[in-house]
Amino acid sequence: MSYTLEGRTGTWEIVVGLEVHAQVISHSKLFSGASASYGGEPNTHVSLVDAGFPGMLPVLNHECVAQAIRTGLGLRARINLESRFDRKNYFYADLPTGYQISQFTHPIVGEGTVEIELSDGTVRHIGITRLHMEQDAGKSMHDQDPTRSFIDLNRAGVALMEIVSEPDIRSPEEAGAYLRKLRQILRYLGTCDGNMEEGSMRADVNVSVRKAGEPFRTRCEIKNVNSIRYVMHAIEVEATRQIEVWEDGGEVDQETRLFDPSRNETRSLRSKEDAHDYRYFPDPDLLPLVVEQTWVDELERALPELPDDKRDRFIKQYGIPRYDASVLVAEQAIADYYEEVAKGRDSRLAANWVTGDLFGALNRTGRSIQDSPISAQALGGMLDLMADKTINGKIAKEVFEDMLETGDSAADIVERKGLKQVTDTGAIDAAVADVLARNADKVEEYRGGKDRLFGFFVGQVMKAMAGKANPAIVNEALKKVL
Amino acid sequence: MSLTELTIADAAAGLRARKFSAVELVRAHTDAIAALNPRLNAYITTTSDAALQAATHADEALAKGEAKPLTGIPLGIKDLFCTSGVRTTAASNILKNFVPPYESTVTANLLRDGAVFVGKTNLDEFAMGSANITSAFGPVENPWKRNGDDAALVPGGSSGGSAAAVAAGLAMGATGTDTGGSIRQPAAYCGIVGLKPTYGRCSRFGTIAYASSLDQAGPMARSVRDCAIMLQSMAGFDVRDSTSVNCDVPDYSAAVGRSLKGLKVGIPAEYRAEGLSAEIEAAWQRGIEWLKAAGCEIVDVSLPHTKYGLATYYIVAPAECSSNLARYDGLRFGERVPGDTLDAMYEATRRAGFGPEVRRRIMMGTYVLSAGYYDAYYLKAQKVRSLIRRDFTESFQKVDVLLTPTAPTPAFAQGEKTDDPVQMYLNDIFTVPASMAGMPAMSVPVGLGATGLPLGLQLIGRPFDEETLLAAGSALESAAGFTHRPVIRAEGAK
Repeated sequence: MSYTLEGRTGTWEIVVGLEVHAQVISHSKLFSGASASYGGEPNTHVSLVDAGFPGMLPVLNHECVAQAIRTGLGLRARINLESRFDRKNYFYADLPTGYQISQFTHPIVGEGTVEIELSDGTVRHIGITRLHMEQDAGKSMHDQDPTRSFIDLNRAGVALMEIVSEPDIRSPEEAGAYLRKLRQILRYLGTCDGNMEEGSMRADVNVSVRKAGEPFRTRCEIKNVNSIRYVMHAIEVEATRQIEVWEDGGEVDQETRLFDPSRNETRSLRSKEDAHDYRYFPDPDLLPLVVEQTWVDELERALPELPDDKRDRFIKQYGIPRYDASVLVAEQAIADYYEEVAKGRDSRLAANWVTGDLFGALNRTGRSIQDSPISAQALGGMLDLMADKTINGKIAKEVFEDMLETGDSAADIVERKGLKQVTDTGAIDAAVADVLARNADKVEEYRGGKDRLFGFFVGQVMKAMAGKANPAIVNEALKKVL
Repeated sequence: MSLTELTIADAAAGLRARKFSAVELVRAHTDAIAALNPRLNAYITTTSDAALQAATHADEALAKGEAKPLTGIPLGIKDLFCTSGVRTTAASNILKNFVPPYESTVTANLLRDGAVFVGKTNLDEFAMGSANITSAFGPVENPWKRNGDDAALVPGGSSGGSAAAVAAGLAMGATGTDTGGSIRQPAAYCGIVGLKPTYGRCSRFGTIAYASSLDQAGPMARSVRDCAIMLQSMAGFDVRDSTSVNCDVPDYSAAVGRSLKGLKVGIPAEYRAEGLSAEIEAAWQRGIEWLKAAGCEIVDVSLPHTKYGLATYYIVAPAECSSNLARYDGLRFGERVPGDTLDAMYEATRRAGFGPEVRRRIMMGTYVLSAGYYDAYYLKAQKVRSLIRRDFTESFQKVDVLLTPTAPTPAFAQGEKTDDPVQMYLNDIFTVPASMAGMPAMSVPVGLGATGLPLGLQLIGRPFDEETLLAAGSALESAAGFTHRPVIRAEGAK
């Protein structure tokens, strides 16, 4: 079921490629010792190198290279043992040297692939063209003063990875799935925090449209979209615009556009004619970057288990459905949490509790798994009480809510509230007798063939015993008497 | 002998023997600067007070027997090296009030070894020029005169201030930088020794960049040994310069005077170029004979791509400079001319800040890197550069060192060769190839020409084999017995 848009002249397919800028997690910047941390008072994380002072020279940060290689490995991509840094020349106030150092012609990472899964279960592979390292620019602030602009160079020189996809994406949903998957991989690897709100991950979206079977038509690039939702909107809006242009007999111009979420439209930023001539050339201050295969191997061995591998293992090891497994590996911390809960316990039951009640509770309280009010150990403790039949599933729900509120252990709550399951057949038999006596009419109806009343009797007995009765024993007792 | 006539080696010995104090030595030079700099304009900024204070400390160190190799030695520093707290201009209006809060690695190394800086020497603006006439602080006058002619001559460039200062006794030695000949050519024009080390031998950190893949700092002094002493301090790996090379710094002074028995000296045919003056050709021939007499074997070699050197240089160097000089935008440091828009401010700032030669090279560089021209110019130039390098590499399989003239003519007068930039560029025809190949090269004065002006010969060596240059250079030096001094000099001024 492919995604298409209907125009006046027929059905259109969309073609999308994404260029994602991901800020590298590192202590210092790509070519200087200044802190790369987010925030900080303006111009407090700036070295003389970042500010482009005369005679200052860039020195490549080894850790940033390692991070780029890790990311390349995570994208199952080719690592180029020799890569190079070029200068991309343009004048702007937040670009102190007048050029950005970027791996334009010889990136450190070549072709790779990202597997995405759509809501209908379809699995697709999106090609990665390349990943290269480059410097971020500073920030221009035009809203601080009526006549002047201010520049904050804290971000200037921070390492970015530009991850370029093939034009393999065919729907807004695929674009969203790709970005989520990419973010997931980056977070697993610890190479980028993926926070789009803070700008540490942003996307340039290349969009074109075509009729089925046609070669690619002219594309437009939508710059700097900073949320997954906006990317999906922007694709749809831009594709619709292009279809109108083509159908009106016009030509789509290759140009750079901006997405305006408030008006849900894209606007031309600059046309191809106005495009900068960046005058790329190899940066003579830096030698070609040569990395040893042994180092790449070393980094590969130290990589964490990647989401796809983890998902497949969960399916196999824990016998849980693919969907649940995908949900559980969405974040490393969730996966870790689940594995601790499932360890030595009923792994499917553990999956149900984590993806059901726990996620519900986290959602409700706006918390993340890292600051979950119920630890994996505590949840495991509750499952243990279910396993040894101290509590039944219904009571477990109550215990869970209490744990959520008080942070007490399941055992303490059961003890405090006296929720221990009743397995004493005498007490259950008495309750059964009492319920049947009070509902003699229903007993008649049941015996007359209304089978579904059985559930009613179970409910009544459980209610009489404040939910603490062992449901199996209640069933048995009822069947016997009825 | 006057203190301003001494070599660094002799002065260091004299200081240790307490024949004179560092204060006396430095004062002789600061006095000479006060007397002669108004005429020669060799210094943009003088630091006499700080120098005398440093000399006092030097005397204390000498008294305690804690002298280092350059303790108390007054040096001039090309105003392209950033010096902490001392104005550093690159001879440009755009940096005319720039005071760096940091020290270049090369000058820091010299300070570590006890050197005393007497001032910042004049140069062509951003080291772009061959006559020291593009400086925003005015031209430098060569202390030499043609026989019977008082015309002011150029000292060569771009390290013209350093060369003039050393020749006239306003410093015992000076730092230079060499991109296409900027140490060697002024050394030849001013009758001193200038050594451009192998690319990567001295750190570029803190040296204002002209063309990063070519720029290399080196010593300029009145003897080969003095260059060895200075280079010993200047050279070395620096983690802050990724292109500096991590290999041992040998004992350069030990190479001075070393036997040349069996050394193979290559004579490249291509340097017998058009425009080579007869007197320089004669000097070259004498140099060949001297080296032969010193036990060298003379071998004819060919460097077939030499003729493309200059053209290639004038693509690569401007390309890099157009990018390197983009940072001078008036925003964070340097001079700013306001404008209504950011672009207007850039234009006004850079128009006022840069002189015509700098603007010309920025435009050439911008052009050759432009889309559609990159392959035809820059990429082609890089390929030719590889061929030039290969010429040298192949020659050095046959010979140990090359001997050539440093420049096609002796110093010319201010005002000459200024109509056509290409005429000016031709001064560097013999020095540019070694720069393009990154090879070490040195100019040694070997005599006076017909008009009484000094002539220099160039030695080009294998990468990181500065020692052979120093050995062969000292042989030329002793054979030539070059003791001539310029007309305008500290001694003469008294």
